Amino acid sequence: MEKRHDYVLWFDECNLESIPLVGGKNASLGELLNADIPVPPGFAVTTKAYEQFLEQGGIKKQIFKILEDIKPNDMDSGETASKEIRSLIENTPISESLQDYMGEFYRRLSKKCHVPAVPVAVRSSATAEDLPGASFAGQQDTFLWIRGIDDVFTHIKKCWSSLFAARAIYYRAKMGFPHEKVEISVGVQKMANAWTAGVMFTLNPATGDRASIAIDANWGFGESVVSGECTPDNFIVNKVTNEIIKKTISHKTFLFTRDPENHCVIKKDVPVERQDTQCVVDLDVVELARIGKKIETHYGKAMDIEWAIDKDTPGKAKIMILQSRPETVWSDKKVEPVVASRSSALEHICAGLVAGRKISS
Amino acid sequence: MADKSFPNPHEVEAIPGTEGWERMYPYHYFFTTKDKEREAYENNMFWFNDALHYPEPLYPFDIIWDEAWFLALSQFNTRIFMIPPVYGVDHRIINGNVYISPVPVTDPEEVQKRIPLFMERAGYYYENWDRLHDQWEKKMRGIISDIEALEIKQLPAMEDISVVKNGIGTSSGYELLKTYDKLIDLGIRCWQYHFEFLNLGYASYVTFVDFCSKAFPDIPLQKITQMVAGIDVILYKPDDELKKLAKLAVEFDLASQIGDDTKDVKSVIDVLQSSEKGKKWVAAWENARYPWFNISTGTGWYHQDISWNDNLNIPMSSIRIYIKKIIDGHNIDRPMDAIIEERKRLVQEYRGFLKTDEDRQTFDQLHGTAELVFPYVENHMFYVEHWFHSVFWNKMREIAAIMTDHKFINGPEDVWMMSRSEIKEALWDLVTAWATGTKGYGPLHWPEEIAWRKGVYQKFKEHPPIPAVGTPPEVIAEPFTIVLWGVTNESMTAWSKLKKIGDPDKVNEIEGFAGSPGVVEGIARVCRSVEDIGQLKEGEILVAPTTSPSWAPVFQKIKGVITDVGGIMCHAAIVCREYGMPAVVGTGQSTTIIKSGMKIKLNGDTGRIYIER
Repeated sequence: MEKRHDYVLWFDECNLESIPLVGGKNASLGELLNADIPVPPGFAVTTKAYEQFLEQGGIKKQIFKILEDIKPNDMDSGETASKEIRSLIENTPISESLQDYMGEFYRRLSKKCHVPAVPVAVRSSATAEDLPGASFAGQQDTFLWIRGIDDVFTHIKKCWSSLFAARAIYYRAKMGFPHEKVEISVGVQKMANAWTAGVMFTLNPATGDRASIAIDANWGFGESVVSGECTPDNFIVNKVTNEIIKKTISHKTFLFTRDPENHCVIKKDVPVERQDTQCVVDLDVVELARIGKKIETHYGKAMDIEWAIDKDTPGKAKIMILQSRPETVWSDKKVEPVVASRSSALEHICAGLVAGRKISS
Repeated sequence: MADKSFPNPHEVEAIPGTEGWERMYPYHYFFTTKDKEREAYENNMFWFNDALHYPEPLYPFDIIWDEAWFLALSQFNTRIFMIPPVYGVDHRIINGNVYISPVPVTDPEEVQKRIPLFMERAGYYYENWDRLHDQWEKKMRGIISDIEALEIKQLPAMEDISVVKNGIGTSSGYELLKTYDKLIDLGIRCWQYHFEFLNLGYASYVTFVDFCSKAFPDIPLQKITQMVAGIDVILYKPDDELKKLAKLAVEFDLASQIGDDTKDVKSVIDVLQSSEKGKKWVAAWENARYPWFNISTGTGWYHQDISWNDNLNIPMSSIRIYIKKIIDGHNIDRPMDAIIEERKRLVQEYRGFLKTDEDRQTFDQLHGTAELVFPYVENHMFYVEHWFHSVFWNKMREIAAIMTDHKFINGPEDVWMMSRSEIKEALWDLVTAWATGTKGYGPLHWPEEIAWRKGVYQKFKEHPPIPAVGTPPEVIAEPFTIVLWGVTNESMTAWSKLKKIGDPDKVNEIEGFAGSPGVVEGIARVCRSVEDIGQLKEGEILVAPTTSPSWAPVFQKIKGVITDVGGIMCHAAIVCREYGMPAVVGTGQSTTIIKSGMKIKLNGDTGRIYIER
């Protein structure tokens, strides 16, 4: 009995238990959504869909036949085999039933996002990412700004075929990992069409204060902030009370945005009237910080987060979390007590009085 | 330190027409070049204007409290608790304004010697805090009942026969001198007690503040204070009483009889007395008056800071605000549960961010002690500045009435232009003349002198004081200087800028302390005293020299507060944080620069105010 659940799953239907079906990346997106952390919406094309594609297309046997012929110490034969397999996968049509599942989900995603044929990121999500030395799935493959169902299908197949990149084949052979055991899932996720974006640290990177959240923001996509190319607006939010305690509005001269014609990311001047304007309103700053705190709680450590405010979603500004990784600068520092411990409050008071307060800088 | 240069205290000139003003104040309060050693000392110290306690120049009589705390604070630091690195706080006066300067212990060996002494002495107080504090409260209540019992009697043309028959052996004249001495003595003693716990309270608080600021460099001072501040502090009691009375009035359906501010309190009470429920309400009102209406409408430091009991229209007007709120369906209670919860959460979350066991131990030690001592820091004011002072000023007015009868002064309110020792001398003059059956010299001297002093005082008022003089130090250890006056690098820079403000009509931006977070835009209303609060309209931004608990009801009406004086712990900041309303405090001259009706924007996150001109 085949059900759509076997082939396509919304991200919020995924969790850590579904890793074998949707891979690590999709599963963790599901985990975040279930923890109420807003990642851009999307769906996973399961490993079963991939298997079904191989079966129905009748290409499975052919593939393994090609793989058998690889000569272990000949890199060239690996390259040739890879090209052959990848072209085989990419040129085999997807079965109608599978097309219906994925097409329907893409249509519903577009509707949900209020964008006809919504631009998406298509990326592979391997089931074995966590294995040591594990880049054998070729899972780095990510295709951005994919638009229209045909293009989506094409790129899903590209993700599938990435499993047979020469390097991936070579690694599996070297690790003694059977090719037929490797499976791949694909994630299809709305591209954040950022009005404003940036990074957020769940501590103050300048002072290491763990009770603060620091947010850097610029107009447009987050690239300008991530790369350190621009001087962003900076907000320090008190993590305990969620109040903005410091705000620095910078002069922002350029931004990255999408060329509506060719969907390429382009660099543009910020219109003069927006250059000195706060690019995230206070309410959103506070909301971002609230989400940042949630993400920190979710992972149990200080995090470094990429975020965007999506301009497609109508109504209230829609905050989207694009990436989270552990903060490393302060978190890796050796932890020392703030002040030497003493036997009583009085000892501290006395020591404090004797030290006094320096008042000149 | 080029941006922080302050004038040489000896070079500040007298305001034209006030020459000779020094005789209005105790002789030892002046900067002098007479003696090289004293001159050098004065030049090397940093003296800042105590605008926190004295938003206006000092009256010759009102300086009594400055003398009282000059002595009391200093002795506890220097001679009683042996605070290791700091002696007392020295005082001076320039053009009617008080300047103070903490005196450090400069000899490192002396500091070391004082450490074990401090540990023993302060340690005893911290360890026995509750017992000693109960004892303190008894002493304070004792001294207040002493001053309330003090009878100030007219001088009779002939002594009563009982003086003869009971063999009293003294006269009413002598009694008057004695009563005056006692009144002054009670005042000075009250201020001795005032500092019994305060220095240690602040020291403990400052230590907790320092630890939190090191552990959390971004932590706003407000939040640290919130973690230790008392929740059920006495200073909220008077306002709570008004709320209770407002609720009772609504319950008894007396709102229309209480009416609006056009009705005088006396006529309202008369009307209420005509019904059973009205009578019950009046009884509750009378019950609330003692002691809770002994709350000053100002800080209590000036004689003109009258109490609610002195003008019952003030609490009545506040009750009306509350009644209207209740009828409009608002909840007027302080959200106690929410406040308690929020405080618990603050403590837990901040503690949770600490990384080591050592830090958690230190946090617990310091938070525990600060929480133990902080209620005193908040509560003592009700006993001293409000209750005691309110009674004290009125007793002084009774003495002044006698002096007026004997034509020593032209009216009781002239007495504030005389110092406490001058009054004593004048009373001797008066009593001796009464005893001798002659005319005193006072009427020939004082009315003329007082007229001159009033002119001088008026000129003092017209000239805003220089924020500071002398040489800024590198380290400050005196806990009061840090907590109360917020003397920091930033504030000194701000002060040195302040003196450059020329024309107040050209200022578009004012800087102060971020007292309570949030941003608000609106129409300014300048209220110089609590009597002006009737002019406030719903949704305006209050601009005041300072606020006190008797201003509490206005916080229901306004959407932001700006004050001239006060730090993070001032009344306006505390109340605004509780109401979630932005406040910028300690701005120096907002009431001079901002005019009622101006459109302003205040940012309680950054401590800035913008004026739209």
